[in-house]
Amino acid sequence: MSDLPTELKFAKSHEWVRNEGDGTVTVGISDHAQGLLGDLVFVELPEVGDSLDAGSECAVVESVKAASDVYSPVAGEVTAVNVELADAPETINQDAFGDGWMFKLKLTDAGDLDKLLDANAYAEVMQSEDH
Amino acid sequence: MDKTTVLFDTHKAMGGRLVPFGGWSMPLHYGSQLEEHHLVRRDAGMFDVSHMTTVDLSGDRVREFLRHLLANDVARLKEPGKALYSCMLNEDGGVIDDLITYFVGEGWFRMVVNAGTTEKDLAWIDRQAQAYGVTVNARSDLAMIAIQGPAAREKAIPLLPADLRDAAAALKPFFAARVDDWFVARTGYTGEDGFEVMLPESQAVDFWKSLSEAGVGPCGLGARDTLRLEAGMNLYGSDMDESVSPLESGLGWTVAWEPADRTFMGRPAIESHRGDPANRRFVGLLLTGRGVLRDHLRVFLDGEDVGEITSGGFSPTLGRSIGLARVRGDVTDRCSVEIRGKQVEARVVKPPFVRNGEAKVEL
Repeated sequence: MSDLPTELKFAKSHEWVRNEGDGTVTVGISDHAQGLLGDLVFVELPEVGDSLDAGSECAVVESVKAASDVYSPVAGEVTAVNVELADAPETINQDAFGDGWMFKLKLTDAGDLDKLLDANAYAEVMQSEDH
Repeated sequence: MDKTTVLFDTHKAMGGRLVPFGGWSMPLHYGSQLEEHHLVRRDAGMFDVSHMTTVDLSGDRVREFLRHLLANDVARLKEPGKALYSCMLNEDGGVIDDLITYFVGEGWFRMVVNAGTTEKDLAWIDRQAQAYGVTVNARSDLAMIAIQGPAAREKAIPLLPADLRDAAAALKPFFAARVDDWFVARTGYTGEDGFEVMLPESQAVDFWKSLSEAGVGPCGLGARDTLRLEAGMNLYGSDMDESVSPLESGLGWTVAWEPADRTFMGRPAIESHRGDPANRRFVGLLLTGRGVLRDHLRVFLDGEDVGEITSGGFSPTLGRSIGLARVRGDVTDRCSVEIRGKQVEARVVKPPFVRNGEAKVEL
C-alpha cells in the first residue's frame, strides 16, 4: 500500500490520473486493479478525438479471467492513446503506473481533479475492499 | 463458509489466491495464470482437485447397474484399471454430470464426479443403486492431485509409494493402478500427458511438497480452465447441463448405442432426436477479429442469431481467443460473435485447439 505514487490521483473505480501541468492528464488503471484482474490479454482503447464525460465507460481491459470496463475519471478530449498496448497488453501488468498508461486527455474542467482521491485515500479504498 | 481441502494452508503458504468455487475455497492462481498454463504445456504442473468426489461402487451387480446408469457402456471395461468417460443422464436425456469410471476389480468400480454436482449426483446414484443392491461410498477420506505436462510422469513416479512405481510407469493412457488407498490414473483435463493421483488425505501435503521440490509447479483453477478449453474438453455447467442433450453438446461420441437392447437411463429421450437435422451443432470457434470470446456471447450468421458461446476465453498457447459454441446446424465455416455491440469475425474449427503442446487448428 505504501508504494502508491503520491503525485497521482485516483478514482474509486481504480483508474489513476497524472496531471501533466499543461491542461492535459494521463490515465491508466492502478497496480491494485491489474492484480485483481490477472494476466491481461486484450485492451480496447478510446479513439483520439473522442469526447469523454467524467465517469463514462471509455475502455475495456480483458484478462484471462474476465472483461472489465475502464471509466474516464475526468471529462476531456482524448489527445493520445497508448497504441503499444494492442500488441502488449501485459505491459499494464508489468508497469501499471508507467509504460502501462492507457490514454491522455485535454481537461474540460481542471476542477474535476479535485474530486479525485489522493494516494492515502485510495489506499483506504483498497484496504476496505480486502476486508 | 466454503469448504477447504487438506491442502488449503499449503496453497496459502505458496501464494495461492483463493477464491470461492462450487462451495469450495480453491486457488485461482499462484501469481500468474499464464505462466502456470505454459508450465503445463512445456514441463509439469500440479493441481489440487480434492474438491472433486471419488465414489466407490461395489456389489455383485455393480456392472449391470452402471450399464443402466451411464450413457457410455462399462461393458467396454474388461481389464482392471481401465477408465471410461461418460455422461450420466436423467430420464429426459439431460446431463446430470460427466464423469470418469474406473474398473478397479470384480465387483468394484470407482467414479470421479464434479465438485458442484456431488450432492445431486450421490442422491441420484443412491436412488438408482438400491434396486441393484449396490453400495455407494463417497470417499471423503481421499485427496486428489493432478500432475500434468510432458515431464509430469517422470517427475511424479519416483515420489509415489515404492510398490506403486513400476505399475504407474507401465500405465497406458486411460488406465489406473492401485496399492491400498493410493490410486494413480494416467488421465487428466489438460490435453497433456500426466497422472491423476488419489491418496489418503493424511499424506497429501507431503506428496504435494515433494512434487514442488521436484520442480512441479502449483497451478490454479484459472490455468485448469484455459488448458481444458484448448484441449476441447467440456466443462459441466457451462458446456452442458440438465437442460441439454449430450448430442447437442459435442458428447455424442460418449454415448454407446450398441448393443441396441441396452436400456440405459435417458436412452429413449436422446434416441428420439438422434440424427435429427434440427439438432444444434457443438463447435469450436477461433476468433479472427480482435477481442475475447466469453461465456454466453451470441453467435450470428448473416445477421441472424444462431447460437451461443458456452465456454470462451483466451488461448495462451495460440495467442488468440477461442471458444466452444452451441449453434444452428448451418454454421459450418464462418460466423460472427457479438462483443459489446460489435460483430467480430470468427472461424468454425474442430476441437481440440491444442494437444500435447501443439496447435491443432490453423491460425
